[in-house]
Amino acid sequence: MQIFLPIADLPVNIFLILGMGIAVGFVSGMFGIGGGFLLTPLLIFIGITPAVAVASVSGHIAASSFSGALSYWRRRAIDPALALVLLVGGMTGTVAGVSLFTLLRSYGQLDLTIALSYVVLLSGVGGGMLWESIGAVIRARRGEAPILRRPGAHNWVHGLPLKIRFKKSKIYLSVFPVLAIGFFIGFVGAILGIGGGFILIPLLIYVLRVPTGTVIGTSMVMTLVTMAFAVVLHAVTNHLVDAVLALILMVGGVIGAQFGARAGQRIAGEQLRLLLGLLILAVGVRFAVELTIRPEELFMVRAVEPGS
Amino acid sequence: MRAAGAIALAVSLLCGALVTDARAERLIASVSNHRVTITPDYSGEQLVLFGSIERDADTPPNRGNYDLVVTVSGPRMTMVTRRKEKKLGIWINTDSREFLNVPGYLAVFANRPINLLASAEIQRRQQLGLNNIILTQRVAGDYADVVPGDPFRAAFIRLRTQHGLYREVSNAVTFLTPTLFRVGIPLPSEVPTGTYDVDIKLFANGAMITRTETAFEIVKVGFEQFVADAARRHGLLYGLVTALMALATGWLASVIFRKD
Repeated sequence: MQIFLPIADLPVNIFLILGMGIAVGFVSGMFGIGGGFLLTPLLIFIGITPAVAVASVSGHIAASSFSGALSYWRRRAIDPALALVLLVGGMTGTVAGVSLFTLLRSYGQLDLTIALSYVVLLSGVGGGMLWESIGAVIRARRGEAPILRRPGAHNWVHGLPLKIRFKKSKIYLSVFPVLAIGFFIGFVGAILGIGGGFILIPLLIYVLRVPTGTVIGTSMVMTLVTMAFAVVLHAVTNHLVDAVLALILMVGGVIGAQFGARAGQRIAGEQLRLLLGLLILAVGVRFAVELTIRPEELFMVRAVEPGS
Repeated sequence: MRAAGAIALAVSLLCGALVTDARAERLIASVSNHRVTITPDYSGEQLVLFGSIERDADTPPNRGNYDLVVTVSGPRMTMVTRRKEKKLGIWINTDSREFLNVPGYLAVFANRPINLLASAEIQRRQQLGLNNIILTQRVAGDYADVVPGDPFRAAFIRLRTQHGLYREVSNAVTFLTPTLFRVGIPLPSEVPTGTYDVDIKLFANGAMITRTETAFEIVKVGFEQFVADAARRHGLLYGLVTALMALATGWLASVIFRKD
C-alpha cells in the first residue's frame, strides 16, 4: 500500500517503512540502543533525502527510548542526577548540532559530513567493540575468569574539580567530563540522526566508571530528551520533520523492540557485544566504500528552499 | 459594444493583413482534469490534452501537414546542481551551479522530431524542446543560460529526466483526424505542487501559425496539505506535537507490552 509522505514529498510503501521500523526496533531492543545509525542509512537508501531522514528518525528514537526508559524507571535503574547533568550538556550540544546541520545544508556538504562522520564513528566504535568482545569470547572459551574492572581505579577524569556525588550510581565525579560527554552526544546526534546510545554507554562505563546497573537506563533518558528536543529544533529551523514517516517508523520500532529484547536475553553478553560490534562496523565500512569508489552519478540536483 | 466590436474587427483585419494567412487557423485545447489532487494514495497520474485545429475560410485549402509542439511547464523553483570530484581519496561535492526559477516539471511533446519540424533558428527563438528552453544559471554572480552541451545543464536535464520530471517525447502527439489531436501528459509521483502551464504551438511547413495556452494545477489536499502547511507555518507547534506523538507511542508500547 502506497502512502504519500507530506514532507519528504514522496510516495512510499507503508509496509516497507513499517518493516524497517520493526527490523531496526528488533536490533535496538536486542542491544539496548536506539538504532538510529541503522535506520537513517536505510531511509537514505530508499530515496528519502538525508536531511529529512535525520530529522524524522529523531522522532522514532525518542519513542523507542521512552518505552525503554519507562521500564528502567520502574526497576529504579536510572540515576536522575547523572541524567540531568548529561542533559544540560546534551541540550547545548543539540542546539549546536542543529545549527551546524543548517549551515552545512546551505553549503551542500551535509551529505558528505553525514557519511564521513558515520565512517569515523561507526568504524571506531564498532572496531573497538569487536576487539574487546573477541577477547572476552576467547577468554570465556578457555574458561578463564573475565577481567573485572577494578571499581576503585581512577583515571585523570577523576582529578577534575567541581565534584558532585551521584548517589544512585555511587560515584563522586567532576561535572565537566559529564557535561562534555553530554554535549558531544547531543551534537553528534542532531547532525547524524542517531541517539548516540552506542557511543554514550561505552563512554559512561569506561571513562566515568558508572556502574552497569544504572548505565543503560540513564543513557535512555538522555537519548529520549535530546532526541525529542532535536525533533522540535529540526521542525522549527529546517521544517524537515516528516510526522507521517516518523509515526510509521516509531510504531514499527516499539513493536520490534519488544521481540528484540526477548531475543537479547538468550544470548551471552560478550557474544551480544560481538554481534553489535560487527553490525556497527559493517555500516561504517559500507559508508567508507561508498565514499571511495567512483559514484555512478557525479551530479546531484537539489531544490533550494525558498527564502534560504 | 458596437464600438468595441468594430475595434476588434479592425484589429483582426489589421493582423490578418500584416501576417497574411498566418492567423487562418485557431487552436482549441483542453486538459482532461484542471485540478489534480494529491491524496495519500497518489502515485502518479496521466492527464490527457485534447485539441482541435479550427480552419476557416482564409485557410489555404491545400495546407494539411500540421505539426504540434506542446510544452507543459510546472511551478518555477530554484535548484542547485552539484558535481562530485575525487579529493584526498574520497568523492565530495566541489563545483555547483544554481538554476534560477526553472520549471520544476517540464515536458515537451511533438508529433515528430522537433529538429525536423522547424529550423534551428525557430527552435531557438520559440524555445522548442529541452535543448532550447532557457534555463538561467547563476555562475559566480553572472546570470546566463549556457550552451546545451554545458555539463551542468546536461546533467541537470538528465537527472530531472530520470525522475520523470523532465521529458521530451517526439511522437507523443497523435492526430486522430487531420485536425483533431490528443497528447498524454504523464505526471510522476514526485510532481511539485502548483500551477502548470500548457503551451501549444501549431506549425506548418516550418513556420509557427498560431498558439494557445491552457493550464492545470496540482494541489495537495486534506491531510497531506494540512501536515505540509503545519510544518512550514507552525514549526514549533508541529515539532512539539511530533515529539509528544513519539512519547505517546513509547508510553503506549510500554503499557501494552508490560510484563509485570
